[in-house]
Amino acid sequence: MGTRLIQLRRITKSFGRVDALGGADFHVDPGEIVGLIGDNGAGKSTLVKILAGVVKPTSGEILVRGERISGWNAARSREAGIETVFQDRALALQQSIVRNIFMGCELSGPLGWLKIGRERREAERLMRDLGFTSKAFTARSIVGQLSGGERQGVAIARAVYRQAELIVLDEPTTALSITETGKVFRFMREARASGRSIVFVGHNIHQVYDIADRFVVLDRGKVALAAERRDVPSAEALIGVMEAVAKPNPSADWQGLVR
Amino acid sequence: MTARPESRGVEGIDPPVGHPLQHPVRRFVDANRAALGALSVLVVMTAIFIAANPHVFLGWNIYRSVLTTLPVTLFLVVPLVFVVTAGEIDLSFPATMGLSAWIFALVVQAGFNPVVGLAAALVTGTLLGALVGALVVYFRLSSLIATLGMNFMLRGVIEIGAQGKSIALVSLARGWARSVFAGVAFGVPIQVIWALTFVAFSSLLFNRNRFGAHVKIVGDNPDSARQMGIDVNAVRITTFVFVGLGAALAGFFSTMIDFTWWATSGDGYLLPALASVFVGGTPTWGGVGTVAGGAIGALIVSLIQTGIVGAGLSGFYVQFFNGLIIIISLIGHRWNQIRYR
Repeated sequence: MGTRLIQLRRITKSFGRVDALGGADFHVDPGEIVGLIGDNGAGKSTLVKILAGVVKPTSGEILVRGERISGWNAARSREAGIETVFQDRALALQQSIVRNIFMGCELSGPLGWLKIGRERREAERLMRDLGFTSKAFTARSIVGQLSGGERQGVAIARAVYRQAELIVLDEPTTALSITETGKVFRFMREARASGRSIVFVGHNIHQVYDIADRFVVLDRGKVALAAERRDVPSAEALIGVMEAVAKPNPSADWQGLVR
Repeated sequence: MTARPESRGVEGIDPPVGHPLQHPVRRFVDANRAALGALSVLVVMTAIFIAANPHVFLGWNIYRSVLTTLPVTLFLVVPLVFVVTAGEIDLSFPATMGLSAWIFALVVQAGFNPVVGLAAALVTGTLLGALVGALVVYFRLSSLIATLGMNFMLRGVIEIGAQGKSIALVSLARGWARSVFAGVAFGVPIQVIWALTFVAFSSLLFNRNRFGAHVKIVGDNPDSARQMGIDVNAVRITTFVFVGLGAALAGFFSTMIDFTWWATSGDGYLLPALASVFVGGTPTWGGVGTVAGGAIGALIVSLIQTGIVGAGLSGFYVQFFNGLIIIISLIGHRWNQIRYR
């Protein structure tokens, strides 16, 4: 085992008296796709926000490449090479594709004058590489005019442009067409092939099962299952695990579903 | 993939050359819808004026009188476009204009060069803008109410300090500074050149600079701006500083034109300047705006005032038509714009 890209240890997070996370362990290795699943309220979004640094854990430690990081926040997360594509995708809908991709890291010369030609060509290249192309829009098109899948493409292009080593995709395929979902999947495979890591947060267990190398099932703020793909025979087994742990008194009978 | 010149776009995302989206005219219209809308209002309005009184409106005099005071409005309107695009509003600019002009007048009265006075006015405007911006941003106040309050308060400072007295700067009437900043060249008031330079520079700042890009993103979606590492507070405060700078320039030019400073200086600009921003096609909801449109809006608003009387109607009609044209423009822009959210 090489050095973990990122490791979260015994992370807890309470919002007032509600414990969103109660001592969760989570890690991502370089070049893998981790499928993060769990019911609504299991703590997935909280974990994603902690990875992105926009929510601070109540306790626990965060290690990047084996090194403990104190004062974890959004800037540290970015420095560590983590880019998060949130469910709402954090796009500025009245701006062009170019402006969204370069949001916060515009290509500019002295005094902030934009290199708009270079930005446009770079944006076109990124969108083409990702396969998010269409005859209906150009890099200058306003993001609000795009479909859900195309917007997802813009958000992913932005994460890729920032040379993320770990891209966290929070329900990236929700409300996407089959073709658009295929594009997101193709992107995830290509990212993995190039040595980058993905955390794929999803509701659709079949989709997660199809692509992830490792599964982490969250249940009421705790990791109910962390399993390698080879240990999980089928998507149905994963669903079985989720149903079993969701019972008020989870018994151990789900243990037989995975090795 | 076939090799194509880079500037022609890349196969895939960019529709092929000849595709309607790529036509330069279509692109220009798409990128400037609001400003072109304002321009058409201006053209139709001028046509009506010409039809009503060709003798006055085909001559140069009426336009020269509009051009004398229009520059002052332009220095106010253009920075307001930035503030409104950033999702805020600033109603304190009239008092900032008055106060900066006051400092200018005091410095000149004390015997300094007008350029020193201008520098002092710009510093005043910058500081007041920063103060207003910091109030709004750090105390999380509604900019509508906070800047209204600041407008009263700063005007109060002027009244307390100046005791209602005006300052006549006769030395300005014959100095070189007047011919440079408020003279006449080729029949055109020279301040028009300064104001147009300011409009052109601001338009570049708005459309071709990181600052303008950040202003739009902050007005569009401040949360994602923050997530992407944009210092939202700094951007907001900078837009207020820009209004302060513009107000100082407006105060400087209006004092240069009249070579007198009045304690009410700036007061009359509140509503015309605001109206110009929206008549020009900048919507109220933030994220998008147009500097060129704002300038055209300012021209429309000043032309109405002069035009109604020039068209042969009595001065009592000015307010009515002022309002009518504002409403018609807004309805036009509403058709012309789609809000994405």
